[in-house]
Amino acid sequence: MQKTQSVKPTYFKPVQFLIEVGILVALFTLVQYLITTGLLNQYYQINLASICINIILAVSLNLINGFTGQLSLGHAGFMAVGAYASVIMTQYMELPFIVGIIMACLAAALAGFIIGVPTLRLRGDYLAIATLGFGEIIRVVLQNIDYVGGPAGIMGITKMATWPWMFASVVITLVVIVNLINSSYGRAIISVREDEIAAELMGINTTKYKVLAFVIGAMFAGLAGALYAHYFYIIKPETFNFLKSFDILVMVVLGGLGSTTGAVIAAIFITVLTAALQSFPAIRMILYAIILIIVMIYRPQGLMGNKELGRRAFGRLRGENK
Amino acid sequence: MMLMNIEHLHKSFGGLSAVLDFNAHLEERELIGLIGPNGAGKTTVFNLITGVYKPDEGKIHFADQDITGLPPYEICRRGIARTFQNIRLFNDLSVLDNVRIALHKDVHYPLLSAVLRIPSFFKGEAEIEEKTDQFLKIFNLYDKRNEKASSLPYGEQRRLEIARALATNPRLLILDEPAAGMNPNETAELMELNRLIREQFHLTILLIEHDMSLVMGVCERIYVLDYGQIIAEGSPEEIRNNKRVIEAYLGEEVS
Repeated sequence: MQKTQSVKPTYFKPVQFLIEVGILVALFTLVQYLITTGLLNQYYQINLASICINIILAVSLNLINGFTGQLSLGHAGFMAVGAYASVIMTQYMELPFIVGIIMACLAAALAGFIIGVPTLRLRGDYLAIATLGFGEIIRVVLQNIDYVGGPAGIMGITKMATWPWMFASVVITLVVIVNLINSSYGRAIISVREDEIAAELMGINTTKYKVLAFVIGAMFAGLAGALYAHYFYIIKPETFNFLKSFDILVMVVLGGLGSTTGAVIAAIFITVLTAALQSFPAIRMILYAIILIIVMIYRPQGLMGNKELGRRAFGRLRGENK
Repeated sequence: MMLMNIEHLHKSFGGLSAVLDFNAHLEERELIGLIGPNGAGKTTVFNLITGVYKPDEGKIHFADQDITGLPPYEICRRGIARTFQNIRLFNDLSVLDNVRIALHKDVHYPLLSAVLRIPSFFKGEAEIEEKTDQFLKIFNLYDKRNEKASSLPYGEQRRLEIARALATNPRLLILDEPAAGMNPNETAELMELNRLIREQFHLTILLIEHDMSLVMGVCERIYVLDYGQIIAEGSPEEIRNNKRVIEAYLGEEVS
């Protein structure tokens, strides 16, 4: 009789968990040490903050564009909602930063819900245009509210987003999105991308899961906005225009639609690339474009495709079971 | 006991009436065939039953409930599952995931426990895994559970589609040309499998098929559809000798 190897059910692995926590703590302490001793100068610190913010933005947009397959071009709009909501909390009402962060997430999630419910019945290009439009509406509305400084925005925001906040935010974003995707809910979300009609006929309320992914994606964009506002001192509506949305989209496509590790790698890559190219102001955008074109020609599915780099990939390298 | 009753179903696309005054009833645990020439409206009937299209007129009652006009996922939850004429698997996902997605509607843990990875998540996932294995073993796909659905040979893709439909725990299984593109051996195997699952899962099966020998061989009752209307109903023997059916398929006799 043929014997089949049984599938290991997913279960909690304490040793692996401890190792992972250990790596995170070590990484955090190392950077914290470098910052306090001044080994990591201001220039690198700013880039580090940008990397963290871009990782959050790319990973959250990847949930919408990559896993749910809904082309959204309004991510900067949600970032703006989060940035303004948090600044109102911390600067105008003088509440602690954590309140600002929570309100940023809630406000952006609410905006995502309000925008997602009517637009997510659209598909493909139509959805892209609708979300692009909504992103711009958010920006224009902010421009016309004097309470938040109109087109000039808000200046002199207290710098509260220190390394611990940045680090914790990135870790939480990754944990929530990775855990979500690797659950039955995540599979429901992915089934929407794969075949909406088949998913619907398998008992999946596709509208619900599209909105869910959109709201969670928007929420983390709001978190990124709050961090941005409290690191770079100044926010103005112009920062969150559609070009910002495209920047994030470029990271997602470059990393590979549907790969969280790809989004992280691309976010780091593009942030570092942008920073490095600042030494060549004249040809910066040309070089940037050429690099993107080369990657897209030789790797159209993105750096990671829809694969993940992680425990399983390393396990395969060591020759363990697939 | 009557499982499903369809009354005066009507659907038109623009000026074309695809389904005209369709009436049918299904008894519990029957195996029923729906046949008809190309373009007769068979698949439209399936799409109306499963909620892909909304009927213009008429009522569909399933298990004593009115399911007319409900969205597809609601209809699936009430116990109707289907396969597609041209296979619609989740191509880029593994065989395992295809079946696991069908089990999602009965998932036993909330979203929050998935995010926080608390024990109820692991318990729920283990249950899903166990059920998935059960279906994959019945359909002889267990060894291929980690393969991409699109990489399976055609016959296995058909089987996987039925496995996936069955995983939604239906009372009525609707098969849209399950033997299309299969060789006689595969068809025979598939029909044997259908007989088995019908016994094991107490299913009612509604079948569209072009392969006449197959329909005549396995179905207990047959509806014949032509130009969106039922032109005959009865046992395979009655259908075989029905004058209108012969006319619909072969054309009228020239006098």
